[in-house]
Amino acid sequence: MASFWTFVWPLILIVAAIVAIIVPVLIGVAYLTYAERKVMSAMQRRQGPALVGPLGLLQPVADGLKLFGKEMVIPSGANPGVFLFAPFLTFVLSLIAWAVMPFGAHLVLSNINVGILYLYAISSLGVYGTIMAGWASNSRYSFLGGLRSAAQMVSYEVSMGLIMVTVLLCVGSFNLSEIVLAQQTVWFAVPLFPMFVIFFISILAETNRAPFDLPEGEAELVGGFFTEYSCMNFALFMLGEYSNMILMSAIAVVLFLGGWLPPLNFEPFAPFVNLVPGPVWFALKIAFVLFFFIWMRAAFPRYRYDQLMRLGWKIFLPFTLLWVIVTASALEIFGWLPKVVP
Amino acid sequence: MAFIDRTARALLLTELVSGMALTFRAMFKQKVTLNYPHEKGPLSPRFRGEHALRRYPNGEERCIACKLCEAVCPAMAITIEAEPRSDGSRRTTRYDIDMTKCIYCGLCQEACPVDAIVEGPNFEYSTETRAELYYNKEKLLANGDRWEARLAANLAADAPYR
Repeated sequence: MASFWTFVWPLILIVAAIVAIIVPVLIGVAYLTYAERKVMSAMQRRQGPALVGPLGLLQPVADGLKLFGKEMVIPSGANPGVFLFAPFLTFVLSLIAWAVMPFGAHLVLSNINVGILYLYAISSLGVYGTIMAGWASNSRYSFLGGLRSAAQMVSYEVSMGLIMVTVLLCVGSFNLSEIVLAQQTVWFAVPLFPMFVIFFISILAETNRAPFDLPEGEAELVGGFFTEYSCMNFALFMLGEYSNMILMSAIAVVLFLGGWLPPLNFEPFAPFVNLVPGPVWFALKIAFVLFFFIWMRAAFPRYRYDQLMRLGWKIFLPFTLLWVIVTASALEIFGWLPKVVP
Repeated sequence: MAFIDRTARALLLTELVSGMALTFRAMFKQKVTLNYPHEKGPLSPRFRGEHALRRYPNGEERCIACKLCEAVCPAMAITIEAEPRSDGSRRTTRYDIDMTKCIYCGLCQEACPVDAIVEGPNFEYSTETRAELYYNKEKLLANGDRWEARLAANLAADAPYR
């Protein structure tokens, strides 16, 4: 029997860890929709949801129940298999990326050495859910929305990759925990501030958020790639989109805002900020970045498609490429290159 | 110089920052919306809402069936039939307003010589069927009884300007 438990016990532990990660993420997704509506309404001087529960706090629950009570429609021209698989894929991809996210010192489900590459790969795969949904719906709106979305996500991934390269140059490791630990003296948002701004704008485009939410541009494409979706499938797309936002914010926090490290981590404040555990700082920083997501949506109108492509290819790409060279040269000239143990 | 200025502004995202500052300031300003079913906005005494037929304090209906409102109504929403009552006074036997035709211009209450037909402060009278919006005399008088206090107050408040 001992051999049975030696196999099963780690399995139980891993499942428990997965649940401990996914449940907070899903709760975060639910309340991100609430926060988005509240913050946007405040910025537009409205009241926002206030009727369901105290301060409208049960609004996400009501929204979810409403969605699950809807009829599931599969268009007769659609390819049912792919049509049903696409939202599932989007949702799953947005969740599995959390496996390598360091929530605190040694608090990580799988501490792999190429964590940042894993994240990059998973976020690139996200485009498949979109394009499968657009194609399988067999509707012109979905199709155009899917194409746009695919082009947009691919374009901004290039400059995102180059930004990650600049960070990696300063760290000398692909491991996410080591990226965070390399920021103990100063967060990378300070020396690499332009990169941080471009990274933030790129993740807006990557998650199809305003002002780059062209794939779902209501004015011309009805609902974009999820025009034909309803009920559960639509809910999965929404969950996927919002958990992707949280995920991208988490990546931004790990790369630029010092992950779980507390802010003001120097002498007069250090004993106080260290009272708060690392995962809490991590969550607070993610919330801070997410606030910017919502803020951008409330502040700016949607980009035109050609402007979006121009920004991605003709401005961000050369700029990040230049900055990679500048950073590499600076590190080499001043002898700041990280010492990598071979 | 202009080129440098423009480029610097573009690189420093000044326009984006000022736009974001504007929305951020708006966050702390007073809300302009109301929590409608729980809070309601102020109504002018001249507000033209649901119609009502008023009565004198002794319970006698004011309308004398002069049919001025019927004549002036641009939407032809009002239908009146009248004949002398047993006590010899002239009263309506039928006073219908088709609320689906009414355009709420207020000409009927302007035309009325005895302040009988008025448009009250009530604007929440949506119905589930169309037929319920064909108001008859009973309904209009009931409205008058229900809203008399506010109707009288509104007329008194507006009287100096008439």
